Formats: sequence, structure tokens, C-alpha cells
Amino acid sequence: MARLELKSVGKSFGAVSCARDVSLAVEPGEIVAVFGPSGSGKTVLLRMIAGMFEPDAGDILVGGHSIVDAPPEQRGIGMAFQNFALFPHMSARDNIASGLRARGAGDIAAKVTQMSRLLKIEHVLGHRPRELSNGQKQRTALARALIGNPEVLLLDDPLRNVDAKLRYEMRLELPSLLRRSSAAVLYVTQDYREAMAIADRIAVLIDGRLVQVARPEEIYARPASVAVARLFGDPSINLSEVAPVAEQGRLIAAVAGTQIRLDADDVPSGARERCWLGVRPDDVVVTRQDGEGAIPARIVAITPLHERAVVLLRFADGSEWLAALAPEALDAGADEDVFVRFAPEAALLFDHATGDRIGAPPRRQAA
Amino acid sequence: MDHSSLAGRIFRGIALSLVLVFFMFPIVWILLMSFQTNEQILRIPPRILFEPTLANYEALISGQLRTAAGNLQIEFMRNLMNSFVLSSASVILALLLGVPAAYAFARFKFKLGETIAFTLLSFRFAPPLLVLLPLSLYYQQLGLNDTYFGIVWVYQLIALPLILWIVRGYFEDISPDIEHAYRLAGHSWREAFTRIAVPLAGPGIAAAGLLSFIFCWNNFVFALILASADKQPVTVGALAFVTASGIQYGQIAAAIVLSVTPTLLLALYAQRYLVEGLSLGAVKG
Repeated sequence: MARLELKSVGKSFGAVSCARDVSLAVEPGEIVAVFGPSGSGKTVLLRMIAGMFEPDAGDILVGGHSIVDAPPEQRGIGMAFQNFALFPHMSARDNIASGLRARGAGDIAAKVTQMSRLLKIEHVLGHRPRELSNGQKQRTALARALIGNPEVLLLDDPLRNVDAKLRYEMRLELPSLLRRSSAAVLYVTQDYREAMAIADRIAVLIDGRLVQVARPEEIYARPASVAVARLFGDPSINLSEVAPVAEQGRLIAAVAGTQIRLDADDVPSGARERCWLGVRPDDVVVTRQDGEGAIPARIVAITPLHERAVVLLRFADGSEWLAALAPEALDAGADEDVFVRFAPEAALLFDHATGDRIGAPPRRQAA
Repeated sequence: MDHSSLAGRIFRGIALSLVLVFFMFPIVWILLMSFQTNEQILRIPPRILFEPTLANYEALISGQLRTAAGNLQIEFMRNLMNSFVLSSASVILALLLGVPAAYAFARFKFKLGETIAFTLLSFRFAPPLLVLLPLSLYYQQLGLNDTYFGIVWVYQLIALPLILWIVRGYFEDISPDIEHAYRLAGHSWREAFTRIAVPLAGPGIAAAGLLSFIFCWNNFVFALILASADKQPVTVGALAFVTASGIQYGQIAAAIVLSVTPTLLLALYAQRYLVEGLSLGAVKG
């Protein structure tokens, strides 16, 4: 099996730049999620690998060989599309078998049966795409992408157009299914949860640039920038503007008028002009007890959200934070005065100008 | 539709009948005329009941037109055959040229693409008579006057833009991802075109082909100028019925019946595709 490697790939359409100096390597058997907001260039990146667009700069290698000049049919790539892109005039069976037939593979019927059993679509093999449910279409498209044992597998937001229940099911099934193939898998998604559930590593793409490539836990815990921190987490991270100062080897910052001690482990000592302080709503504790590092606040609203409640808090200076906590952990109601704390290690500091996390290692290129 | 009241259904029935009579009456009248002699047709008042005669059809098929001024040779069957050959050849040629061109216009952005597509469409705006004079001069120079090929070529002005523009819309409606998926499965672009794009645009291609066949069949002025008697289609051949001894209404009617029949049968057969095809392209967002 072969490694997929992007080397400083660049692409622009007119004045719009869709990929800038993108370098990324995916090992055989590895699943890398390309995650980013819509319009960040995820799909364009995938389509360059598949051969629908030609990169303006850089190179794309599969197993050490450049594929940039090869037509799509010779690249050895399997792809599942967001809109399924099934052949409407062929049965599900013919859809799945099309690749095998084109390559003159033997024992097509047995392979199709095996693959469809794996994806639980055996009973609809004779149906045309329009007679299939969205879930079945999606599984047919996956089967079609997987069956040829491609060296590189590209999945373009394959769960976008299926309903929520099926999406959960597929999030559980997909990793093992994809690992069977031992292909290098690039998985495009706009849903950070899906990226975290499926991928070994996540490549965060913002405005055509890879901002961070790391394991899911690492991206969540140590986002490379404010933008990455905002994209991961629902409700999204609380941000306050602070000007921290060093005191006795500790970093102290005023949040809404209260002095808070921040964890200084990977924060360089010395005063900073202005920073963004980020605290995830999950790390925010709401209590009635005052104490050191407790910020007075008022509960503005409580939104019950299945297993947790999201609490909108307003500080004395008018700024607002969100806290996400188990309903039983909250002993106060709306319009009550409370105190807000968070653990020093939960605090993330970002440079105000660049948005980069302070203390973050320099941006990595090819991981 | 099912839950309408009785009055509503009766009203709808009457309205439909009126529309049907309005559109069908001329055709029915022509059909009746084709079984009457000239004297019967010109009788005032006209009669619905008459003694039918097959003389008109006999005259057309045998090519002998008997008039008061004597016997006249007419080439109606030959004209009919010419119409058939010219229209079919034109549509086949236009499909061979137009379908790949429509695909190119739908799938690729290239320099002057829109301009070329619009220029091709603009051939349909120009009054044919305007084009005919220079065209006939060119044709005389090139030796294309009075050849089947020359007429088929000039019929491309009718058929090609029609096919290009209708079929282009169909290709644009097919998600390019379907073709991408087919190519990634290991097929060349040529296979993606012939096995994915063309079959999926099938109803549109059929509708466009049928429409251009009808337009070619009904064309009069190109063939009138550019073809001599032995290559003329029925539309021009019908002029022969205006004879020195008067207009042969009976034979004209029979000729119309015979010349309308092929396109009518074709349209009836392809009606399903035609309606589906023409509406699909327009409605799908």
C-alpha cells in the first residue's frame, strides 16, 4: 500500500486562492480528516488529488510517484462524493461493479456480494439509485469507492446528506470499515465531531491554508489559533481580551475585573500587551461560593441541551460567557448572582494580533 | 383532479372538446378533402356526406395528374422520398456534430465559448431569405447547388442550433461528479461521455432530434432556391399542384395527408420523450 503525500500544493481560481502551500502526508491505513469551515478549500484539495483540477503549484505523490500528470482513471483512487454521484441509469450492483469491470478484474459477482454484505445493502443490489433511500445510496457510493481496493481513498463529506441517526451509525462503523482497506484515507468534513470520531489525525484547513495537523485530542486541548479553537467545540469557546502580567513566576490576568491566576506551564513569562483568553464552556464552573479566582456573574439564561445545560453568564463589565454543565451541577436559576471559576490549566492564551496560541509550537508543515 | 365536482368535470369536458375541435378541425377537413374530387370540394355549400374517391391518392402515387388541360407528370413520391432523405440525413449529421459540441459548451469554459454558442443560435434569428442570396451564389461557385449534400448542409442552420441549445441544457443538468466518479472507476473521458453523459441526456437528445426533424421537414425556402426538381422535398413539390387549369385541391389535400403522416407518427411515438424531455430541461432548477 502507498503513502499519499501533498507537497506545497497551491491552487487559485482567478483572484480566489483555494489552496496555499498545503503539505500533508497520509500513511497507508491512516485516516486523516480535512476539517474546515465551508469555502476553506477542502473539496478543491480533494479534487486536485482525484484529478479533476490541476494544482498550480506543488506536487502530489502516491507511493512516491507524482500523479499530477496522470488522468483520473490511472490514479488508483477511490472516491465517495457528498452528493453520492451514483450512475442513475445503472443498478446498485452495476454501480459498485463499474470499477472492477473497467479494470477487467475477475470474480466480480463474488466481490460485489461480499462488499454489499459488509455494507448491509445486499437486498437492494438490483435497485436503481432513485429507488434507494439516502442511507442506501450513501452505502452504495462507499461500496463503489472501496471495492477496487484503492491505494488512496477520498471521502468528500459522505455523511452530509444522510439523516442524524444514520450519521451516528456510520460514524461508529466507518473507522473499522476504512481500516480494512489499508488505504490512505482523506476524509473531508465540516463537522468537528465527525472529524474527531473518525480520524487518526485532523488537518485543519482555513482559507486554503493548513493551520494545524494533529491528533483530535491535541487539537481540542491545544488549538494552534483562535480560529481553530472556535471551530472545535459546541458551544464554542469563551474568549475574553486580557493583558496578563507575570507575578512571582505566575501569570495573572484580570477577567471582568477579577484577578485570575493562569497556568504558566507553556506560557512564556513576562507581560503581554493584549491577549485573547480562551476557556471552553465545559471547563467553566458555576457556583454560589465566592473565593479566590471567582468571577462574579449573573445568569442570564439557561438552555437545557439534552444531557447538559448551556448557561449564558454576564459579567459586571457586560461581557458574556457560556458554561456547559450537567443540569444537576447547577444550583442556581436564571437572574441569580453566581461566581464563575475555571482551572488555570483550562485557560488558553492567544496572541491578539495573529490569533496564534501563545506557547504553541511553531506551525508544523508535513507531519 | 379526482375530487372535483360533477359540474367541474362536465365543464372541463366541454372545454377540452372545444380546444380539440379547434385544433383538429383543419386536419380532419383536409383528410375529408383528400377523398373528394375537385368539383365536390368546390361545391357550395360543402357537404359532410359524399362519395369518397381514391383518385387523388392514385394520381399522387402513379405520378399522373389528369387535369382539364391534359396529363401532367408529377414527382410527388420522389419528393416525399427526398424529404425523408434530406431530413434524416440533416438530423443525423446535426446530432453527430451538435451533441459533442453541446457537451463541450456545457462542461468546459473556454475562450469565446459563449460567443460561439450564441452565434450558432443567432442563425435562427436571421430571416432565411436574407441568407439565401449570398448562399446561392456561394453554392454555385462551390458546385453545391442542387446536391443532396448542399441541402443537408444548409439544413444544419436549422437543426444544429436547436440540438446544441436543447442538449446543452441537459448536459448541464447532469452533475459532473457522476462523470468524475465514472472516470475514477477507471474509464476514459470518452467512455464517460458515451456511457454516462449521452445516456443520461437521452430524452433531451431524442426531443431535440425530433424537433429538428420536424423543422427540417417543414422547411420550404432553402430547398426552393437551392434544389432542382429531382431533389426537392414535398414542401416545394406541392407547388406542382397549382396548374394551368387551376388548383388541384383534392390532390393537395392528399399530398398533405401523405406528407404529414410520417412526422405525425414519429411525434406520436416519441410524444412521451418529447414532453418529458422538453419539460425536464426547463423545470429542473
